[in-house]
Amino acid sequence: MADGQDAKAAISNTAGGNAAGGMLGQLLGGILGGGIRVVDLTMTLQPDVPTIVMPPEFGQSWPFRMEEISRYDHRGPFCYWNNLSCGEHTGTHFDAPIHWVSGKDLPENATDTIPVEKFIAHACVVDCSAQAAADPDFLLTRDAVEDWEAVHGLIPPRSWLLMRTDWSLKQNPVAYMNMTDDGAHTPGPHEDLIPWLIEERDVIGFGCEAVGTDAGQAQHFNVPFPCHYHMHGNNRFGLPALTNLDALPPQGAVLITPPLKIRQGSGSPARVLALVEAT
Amino acid sequence: MTTALPPPKKKDPVRRTRQPTLPPGNRSREAQGLTAMAAVGRFALQICTACGQTQYPPRQVCGNCLGDDLPWRDLDPGGTLLAETRLHHANDLFFRDRLPWRLGVVRMDAGPSVVVHLAEDCQQGMRVRLSLNLDRSGHAVMNARPETPGPNSEDDLQLRELTMDPKDRRVLIVNGKTELGLALAQGFKAAGAREIFVGYAEPWKASAALDAAKAVDGVTLFPLDVTDTDSVQELAAVLGGKVEIMVNNSYHPRPGGAVDRLDMNLSREEMDIHYFGLLRLAGYFGPTMRARGADGAHGACAWVNVLSAYAQVNNPAFGTYSASQAAAWSLAQCLRAELSPGGIRVVNAFMGPLDDEWHQMVPPPKLPSDMVAGRIIEALQKGREDVPIGAVAEEIMQRLVENPKEIEREITL
Repeated sequence: MADGQDAKAAISNTAGGNAAGGMLGQLLGGILGGGIRVVDLTMTLQPDVPTIVMPPEFGQSWPFRMEEISRYDHRGPFCYWNNLSCGEHTGTHFDAPIHWVSGKDLPENATDTIPVEKFIAHACVVDCSAQAAADPDFLLTRDAVEDWEAVHGLIPPRSWLLMRTDWSLKQNPVAYMNMTDDGAHTPGPHEDLIPWLIEERDVIGFGCEAVGTDAGQAQHFNVPFPCHYHMHGNNRFGLPALTNLDALPPQGAVLITPPLKIRQGSGSPARVLALVEAT
Repeated sequence: MTTALPPPKKKDPVRRTRQPTLPPGNRSREAQGLTAMAAVGRFALQICTACGQTQYPPRQVCGNCLGDDLPWRDLDPGGTLLAETRLHHANDLFFRDRLPWRLGVVRMDAGPSVVVHLAEDCQQGMRVRLSLNLDRSGHAVMNARPETPGPNSEDDLQLRELTMDPKDRRVLIVNGKTELGLALAQGFKAAGAREIFVGYAEPWKASAALDAAKAVDGVTLFPLDVTDTDSVQELAAVLGGKVEIMVNNSYHPRPGGAVDRLDMNLSREEMDIHYFGLLRLAGYFGPTMRARGADGAHGACAWVNVLSAYAQVNNPAFGTYSASQAAAWSLAQCLRAELSPGGIRVVNAFMGPLDDEWHQMVPPPKLPSDMVAGRIIEALQKGREDVPIGAVAEEIMQRLVENPKEIEREITL
């Protein structure tokens, strides 16, 4: 904590008008031991992180792979580094509107063109962990979210709606993907929820702990994959495969979610952080 | 009667592992013709078209009439054992490690008398059956066994130096999630394998074949994804010192070629699984297997690559798949050279189209998996190294010798 104290002192010394003064100074002071926790909502990228399964005759997303370039050896005596490969939608990742056909022609719809201020936003967290434990096909409905609002307050505009299921606690990829011969069985949003979130609550996007923002059986809904279809069709975002949602309050956390700036990128693995004020 | 070979004991941790040595390997260019015959399990010698004399050893011109047209022809492998002896001393390190060694002279029904490696249960005057086999240096030698082999004949120690019998050996089958992987597991069990390790990738995708393989007695499943270097390295750390027969049956065929179906992702996956996958397996399992090539009568002995016959000539209907198979075949030849100091035989099986969902649109003949598995295990038991499986593969290999242009033009077979 000594470093934190020194940094706090340095910030308070400059708070009179230098670079880290004012509101940013308060923010940094909060982060450096002043009551703001930084929570990592990101799963570790490693080879056995599963990606969404498509029928084998379709194109497939590459899994995360890492090949060592050198490790202080004959290939490079001074350094350790790796070459990576993976699909854009691997691990904890950001879904851009261009990802879906419904969002293909929207302005500012790709990872390189989305205005950067959209990568920092408030989050509401609906705890569905008990329901998901009882039913892997659990769907979060509009009614359930309205009930949640009755307790925790309305969803403010431009917020993320995050569905906590504790699904990310499943370390075994088989349990995490939960696939049988009729597809995946993982929780997600009900098809009545998404249009309402957009039209009535003006959310910035939907996040969850499963491998994709739609439920495992969502290809059978009236609008297949409604979260992808409606969110991206309205220039909103997706944030699947999150972890540690149990560490967030129902309201009040701030998410930092920038994807890599890939030209015309449909998404990217992201290091998603949450800022949470101590209560 | 052949002395029964006891099952391997657990390794004595204070004894040094016997290091691999090789029998003398120099052969003339003509004598490499015998190697070509042994590699595919044929028994053939040169016959002079002018005077009909059978040639042994192989020559440039006929020993009888100096004719120079000496095509290779399959012959009756029968003969009579004229003399036998037992070698008790040798300066050559390979034979020194394996004394005593039985040798004999056989009068072939086809004419010549030949010096042969002799099975334990052969006696002077007996009718014998000859075969051409590859020895540990990868060169052909003449081997004699009784016409009707007696009990335990497959346990003959000299014979086991020429074959790669799975009996009492430990096998790794790389891909247990295909019908062929299952058939191989069942086949190796029936052939007496001591332990059968079966790999599987992407466990979240269910596989009936893997479930069935798991139920085979002696099978243990291990996560193994040949596209993931870490995965291969981790399994080599666990099993590297145990695998005596490696079977790389990685399988990812996809229809389509270059012009009519440009798909970089698909093509890269094929290369990643078939070519880079073999490279990763070779890099992490190869060194230990090579070091264990003389580790007793049950040491490491064989590396099997299950390849498509289209590795040898591209089938445009599966164009990028064929190309990835050709790359794997080329690497397999490199592997053969690199594993040869350990006496590890690289067996390349070339199969025609399997009767599976990826060849639904391909007309017959298509191969059932258990037939392919059976041919692979038979090749190990008989010591072959190039194994065409099915009519398509046999025809491709034959027509490539006769007229490679013709097969290239007519590959729609």
